[in-house]
Amino acid sequence: MANRNKDAVLQNIDWILVSLYLILVIMGWFNIYAAVYNEEYKSIFDTSQSYGMQLVWIGTSLMIAFVILVIDGEFFPKFAWVLYAAFILLLIVVIFAGKEVKGSKSWIELGSFRIQPAEFAKFATNLALAKYLSNINIKFEKLNTKLIAAAIFAVPALIIIAQNETGSALVYGSFILVLYREGLSGNILIMGVAMVIFFIAALLMDEMVLVTLMGIIAAGSFFFVRFKMRNIMVVLGILLASVAFVHSVDYTFTNILEPHQKKRINVLLGKEVDPKGAGYNVNQSMIAIGSGGILGKGYLNGTQTKYNYVPEQSTDFIFCTVGEEWGFLGSLTVMGLFIFLLLRLIYLAERQRSTFSRIYGYGLASIIFIHLAINIGMTIGLAPVVGIPLPFFSYGGSSLWSFTVLTFIFVRLDAYRFEILR
Amino acid sequence: MNLFSDRKYVISAIFITLISIFLIRLFYIQVIEDRYKLAANDNALRHKIEYPERGVIYDRNGKILVYNEAAYDLMVIPKRVKKIDTLDLCKLLDITKEDFIQKLTEMKGKKFSSFRPEIFENELSLETYATLQEKLYKFPGFFVQARTLRKYPLKIASHALGYVGEVDENLIKDNPYYRMGDNMGLSGVEKSYEVPLRGQRGVKIVMVDVYNREKGSFEEGRYDTASVLGRSLTSSIDAELQQYGEQLMQNKIGAIVAIEPQTGEILSIVSSPTYDPNLLVGRVKSKNYRHMLLDTLKPLYNRATMAKYPPGSTFKLVNALIGQQEGVINGTTLFSCSSGFHFGGLTVGCHGHASPVNLLFSITTSCNSYYCNTFKNILQKYPKTQIGFNVWRNHVLSFGIGKKFPVDLPQESKGNVPTVKYYDKYHGAGRWNAITVISLAIGQGEMGVTPLQMANYCATIANRGWFYPPHVIKKVEGGSIDTLYKRKHYTTVNRRYFEPVVEGMRNVILNGTGRIAQLDSLTICGKTGTAQNPHGKDHSIFICFAPMNNPKIAIAVYVENAGFGATWAAPIASLMLEKYLRKEVKRPEMEKRILDANLLPKKSDWIPKK
Repeated sequence: MANRNKDAVLQNIDWILVSLYLILVIMGWFNIYAAVYNEEYKSIFDTSQSYGMQLVWIGTSLMIAFVILVIDGEFFPKFAWVLYAAFILLLIVVIFAGKEVKGSKSWIELGSFRIQPAEFAKFATNLALAKYLSNINIKFEKLNTKLIAAAIFAVPALIIIAQNETGSALVYGSFILVLYREGLSGNILIMGVAMVIFFIAALLMDEMVLVTLMGIIAAGSFFFVRFKMRNIMVVLGILLASVAFVHSVDYTFTNILEPHQKKRINVLLGKEVDPKGAGYNVNQSMIAIGSGGILGKGYLNGTQTKYNYVPEQSTDFIFCTVGEEWGFLGSLTVMGLFIFLLLRLIYLAERQRSTFSRIYGYGLASIIFIHLAINIGMTIGLAPVVGIPLPFFSYGGSSLWSFTVLTFIFVRLDAYRFEILR
Repeated sequence: MNLFSDRKYVISAIFITLISIFLIRLFYIQVIEDRYKLAANDNALRHKIEYPERGVIYDRNGKILVYNEAAYDLMVIPKRVKKIDTLDLCKLLDITKEDFIQKLTEMKGKKFSSFRPEIFENELSLETYATLQEKLYKFPGFFVQARTLRKYPLKIASHALGYVGEVDENLIKDNPYYRMGDNMGLSGVEKSYEVPLRGQRGVKIVMVDVYNREKGSFEEGRYDTASVLGRSLTSSIDAELQQYGEQLMQNKIGAIVAIEPQTGEILSIVSSPTYDPNLLVGRVKSKNYRHMLLDTLKPLYNRATMAKYPPGSTFKLVNALIGQQEGVINGTTLFSCSSGFHFGGLTVGCHGHASPVNLLFSITTSCNSYYCNTFKNILQKYPKTQIGFNVWRNHVLSFGIGKKFPVDLPQESKGNVPTVKYYDKYHGAGRWNAITVISLAIGQGEMGVTPLQMANYCATIANRGWFYPPHVIKKVEGGSIDTLYKRKHYTTVNRRYFEPVVEGMRNVILNGTGRIAQLDSLTICGKTGTAQNPHGKDHSIFICFAPMNNPKIAIAVYVENAGFGATWAAPIASLMLEKYLRKEVKRPEMEKRILDANLLPKKSDWIPKK
């Protein structure tokens, strides 16, 4: 069959995924242009401005994509561990040799370029995780396997925390979804959600009220489960664990979190009002998005973003430009494109014959998803301010290159799927 | 297929759920909630008020009395003041850091929105403005607004022109056009012609960036309103005459009012002591205003329209007219005068002159006895004093005395012509008669007439029985003055009774008490007055008009505590006539005597009136 021809990579590429990639990247570029629009440098190609530079990043990204596509598909599983080890090493080196930018030591300077290894460590981690879990001798049911799998993404995350880039480290948590797909108990997910809810509730409510409430819920649960000794023990165990967790939240919050993190959480929960300090970004961001209305103010007509009311508007807060200039219609379009992308990725992952490719596909979807969740959530006041970029949209070489590499490795793996028997 | 492949649905569901939550939230903040749109406008839109230039005021010959000069105010939006280099700004403005902080804190503490622009420092000097304009981007929250200030090149007619000042909160409540920091006319013509003078304020909506730099107009100016220039006014005041009058009155207390009888136009209105109107403009205003308010000579007080003076003997003319109209006297009626009017125990003294006295001579020599008899006869002609008094009073009112004119000078007193009610209360009903109130016969007692009213009844006599309400503005650009000023008011005295009075006034100048006012062939008609004053020396009064048969100007001069009418008021009036009708004063000695005279009260014998 012609499409099984190894050289016919382009024919086997999923063009829908590639198109989505290109649409998002180009939309991002136009929005960066609008966000930092400068009367004096009107040309969108002017490389003295970030929109001109973004074009450079897009061009180089396409070259990277091309290179990835011509690499043999077997390269990635083969070299997964090597790449992983190399990036772990690089992450550690950065702690000592890196350049400090805004309080975090996560950048390497190469001449006039700055690169953030944490961005690229994502694809290496994804490859390593896929490599490990796709090993035929691995039994996921074993606790050992689960722990090693968790360690594969926990190690880079911890190093990144040491670089003081907590936001980027958070991204690695998304691999839980991959583990879930591969057989991790759903209770872990439920527990995770419950922990987030309890965390917020513990901060907002009086502890006694919360514990009483949990007791009532526990008692109420016997309407649904049979009143057997074993069930009683389980329910009591959960209740006890929850109470212990709630009790520890206060300690964690006051003793472990950094002051600026505490403040961001408090502002998000509405416990503190600080529109000029910690709340400034979110406040301005919501003003920009909220003022867009249904149809938006029109391209290049956004006063809030164009006149710099929103900070970090070309990078972390790029969605403000979409919201302000294109209105709800623009938000709907961008959200629509992202959900289309995510569902497409799941679809593509599921059609892989190789476990390695499938796991890699889920890893990619999870990383994009968590970026989206945190980034958009932050701009509309649903998540604390964590400085991570919106995939494909945000200005920045490291981020765009990283997502290009992540995405096109999967495109390559997908194009290679027919050559793998299992 | 894989054991857990169904979990793709769970994961898809998680993805879809979160995106849905985002879309709901986005729909809420973008479509439903208005708060963010308002906040965005508040952020990026600045309503710039464009103050149109206030109208210019010209004198009757086209000379500029008041125009505008550019001024720049430093404005601040307190809420928007971010971390700035306070010291740098203080140095620019030449204020201390403590003052700066205090001022800003006060503004932040005010009850209205601290997003509203307020004046931080007004009327910057041109160089401060120039330096500041360049550095302004460093001081978010601050911007400069251009405005104009009144400028009075001739420094005259301060009372008539009035002044402009900042509106206060009460005023804003009554008149929503104004906003804090706006200026409006607070006295004089500036007040009475406020609306045409101010024009219409314009609003320009501009977009500003986060550093408060202007970025162009909002939606191509669709919501802007253009400002409408203030209209210019032409005053009836003759600047040269006004200036001359003010010079003559320097170091004297009192007033001069000159009216063109045929039109009611005020040619000159002097209140002395006066002040340079430029003192009440801009930064220096409040300091100067306080200073003048405390001055015992009350320079802010417009004596020409507000001071209620006893008219003294000038009022005899009015009584002569009423007496004729009431038929109690005519050209041949004679009254004897032996050093005054005697009735019972009462004596109204008079100076020595021939007796008996007829109408003509009574004016020439200003005989008290003649007018006491006339007044007594008017009141006694009627069965009851009260009736007679009311008849007399109505005649007086028809001369524009004791009531307000529809005048374009806002602070005007209506003077005082006592009423029956007043005397009934004071003496008891029916317990007073003509003799009780006999001092009214010679313009004394409770009578209070403003210099403006004196000039007006002089003009009325010149016109032989009618007047137009006196006014200082004769033309409004692109419009006309109120028809009230075009309506003739007739007195209740028949025209034919005026001739003998006019003739008497002519005799005053030719061979009577006012000979000093004589000016070669000019047919001046006048009347002296010397009003007794319980607080000190007599007031010196003179009213006159000229020429006799085609009157061009009628003048009233009032000099407080100066002595006889003929000594001071008459020569001042005469010099004014000369200045206006001959354009050149050729009596240097008389002029010098007046200019050099200092009739201000010595501090020790000056008891300020309350």
